[in-house]
Amino acid sequence: MIECKNISKTYSDGEVTPVLKNISFKIDDGEFVAIMGPSGSGKSTLMHILGALDTPTSGKYFLDGIDVSTMSDDQLADVRKNKIGFVFQSFNLLSRATVLRNVALPLVYAGIEPLEREERAKKALVQAGLDESRFYHLSNQLSGGQMQRVAIARALVNNPSLILADEPTGNLDTKTGDIVLHTFQTLNQEQKKTIILITHELYVAEHANRIIHIRDGVIIEDKKNDNKRFVHHTHIY
Amino acid sequence: MKFTDTLQETYSALLSNKVRSGLTVLGIVIGIGSVIAMISIGQGAQNSIESNIQALGSNLIIVMPGAQRGVGIQVSSGRGSATTLTNEDATAIEQGVGGVQAVAPDLSSRYQITAKGTNTNTSVDGVTPSYSQVRNITVETGDFISDQNVKSVSRVAVIGPTVRDDLFGEGIDNDSVIGQTIKINKILFTIIGVTKAKGGSGPSSQDDMIFVPLSSAQKLLVGSERLSTISIQAIDQGSMADVQTQVTDLLLQRHNISDPTKADFSIMNQSDIVSSASSITDTLKILLGSIAGISLIVGGIGIMNMMLTTVTERTREIGLRKAIGAKNKDISTQFLTEAIVLTFVGGFLGVLFGWLASLLITKFSSIATQVSSSSILLAFGVSALIGIVFGYYPARRAAGLNPIEALRYE
Ligand SMILES: Nc1ncnc2c1ncn2[C@@H]1O[C@H](COP(=O)(O)OP(=O)(O)O)[C@@H](O)[C@H]1O
Ligand SMILES: [Mg+2]
Repeated sequence: MIECKNISKTYSDGEVTPVLKNISFKIDDGEFVAIMGPSGSGKSTLMHILGALDTPTSGKYFLDGIDVSTMSDDQLADVRKNKIGFVFQSFNLLSRATVLRNVALPLVYAGIEPLEREERAKKALVQAGLDESRFYHLSNQLSGGQMQRVAIARALVNNPSLILADEPTGNLDTKTGDIVLHTFQTLNQEQKKTIILITHELYVAEHANRIIHIRDGVIIEDKKNDNKRFVHHTHIY
Repeated sequence: MKFTDTLQETYSALLSNKVRSGLTVLGIVIGIGSVIAMISIGQGAQNSIESNIQALGSNLIIVMPGAQRGVGIQVSSGRGSATTLTNEDATAIEQGVGGVQAVAPDLSSRYQITAKGTNTNTSVDGVTPSYSQVRNITVETGDFISDQNVKSVSRVAVIGPTVRDDLFGEGIDNDSVIGQTIKINKILFTIIGVTKAKGGSGPSSQDDMIFVPLSSAQKLLVGSERLSTISIQAIDQGSMADVQTQVTDLLLQRHNISDPTKADFSIMNQSDIVSSASSITDTLKILLGSIAGISLIVGGIGIMNMMLTTVTERTREIGLRKAIGAKNKDISTQFLTEAIVLTFVGGFLGVLFGWLASLLITKFSSIATQVSSSSILLAFGVSALIGIVFGYYPARRAAGLNPIEALRYE
């Protein structure tokens, strides 16, 4: 469960830039939420705070009841390792490593034994919908959609309580984007994963169950998504 | 993060850019290799000089005619014009100076030697029996010059192994040489002994010498009662200084000289020779070592340069690793390990390369070299240290990257 209480973030290198202003919301376990807003509205900044990559200038952020907003670098690293999975717009895979090694990487930092790492990485890849024939390919031999599913598997492998995806379809065409969105929907419905999807496109946001709309660092709307889009299986393969 | 995982990450990171890793390692190989080779040359030079000096004998004091001369002048070639040392001086030292184990006067000169059609030119040394003890000469076959030989002005000779080979051909056995005659300056001498090889080369080698009775050298060959040196063996290391002063005083008195600076003889002791020679070789070692050390530093800067480039190139990767839970320490350990592995591989290859170089130097030149285990240990220590020193800053830089900035980096 996620709880933000009056979160503000101000960058003050040279000039003072308030990016997030008094943001408060709650996200329950198993929700699929889209955070939507135009470019520069503070979505990524918010995601960095939710993902324990950064701390707010003021306000409190609770993740599963733990106050993350005042933690040290190493404590934040532990929170990321144990509770959070990231999916980025530009995949961020190690290009010269195999798919399996990419997916197992978070487990290396978690101190898991190699055999268990491989087992869990394979399971995560199956959940993310990547075909088994690709497991030993180098990640730079894959298509964009496949790369993003490897990245989703990497986000899943630690069994996190929260998956954060920042513009995950931004580098993909509509069709492969749909596949990725379908993967998130499946993970949410079948695995009950909590997913926060960040996007500037309404079309993408409408795949979630709830949309938080932000503009200039303030929430202007937070409501259930009434016309949820579904990506159908037949559509994809 | 486990150590085996760190090594695994290091392995794949270094192999992903083989050429660059290879060139960086090469810098360390050259640095460590030249340190090993240079130190081996210095060590070899020191060893051969020290063994030459030790071969002279132990607790040795040498008196030579003529004014004070520096170290490095051959102690065995006493062909100087001064004829100030006599048999009586030697006897007086033996009888009047305390703390003396033995006194060995000698007269040496170079002559043409012939034997059954072959000939050679070498140093002929007129000696007394004590010379073998004082100057550490061992007879391998036969006998050394005896008191009886000296008393009766015998025409007998003890030859060194080099002379034996020059006159009778290599491979001849000592027994068949004993009893043969040779002509020294056209006078017939009978060989009664062959000395044991001592090693060493050059004109001061004691293997390339002929010993005859002192009286025979003075009366039959040189025709003068003078001596080229008086070698004195003190009873122990501690009494050398005392013996040296006593000998000086005695000789000044016998030669009627009141001002010690005008002495017509000079005295050297073995520790003077050893210490001045080793100060020369120490300087040589430092010089060679520092030349090599500079190339090692250049290699280290190469490591640092590569690591900094790597950190910049892999900024996004660092950001990602942090996002998935790597701590600052995990990142710095990884980059430091990369640097240390590079220098360690370089150090290992460098030791092999330096060893090979020193073997080749010994084989194809007259310079003796010696690779010591301490210089190998030193090289490994230094290479690991270079990895740590020059890898530390890049590793710190990598660890200090802000994950958000790093992920955004293009
Ligand atoms: N490190 C920073 N220093 C100063 N300003 C920043 C920094 N990071 C982001 N910003 C500013 O914060 C605002 C929001 O950025 P961001 O959260 O990336 O927006 P979005 O992801 O919605 O496009 C932008 O105006 C951006 O210029
Ligand atoms: Mg953004």
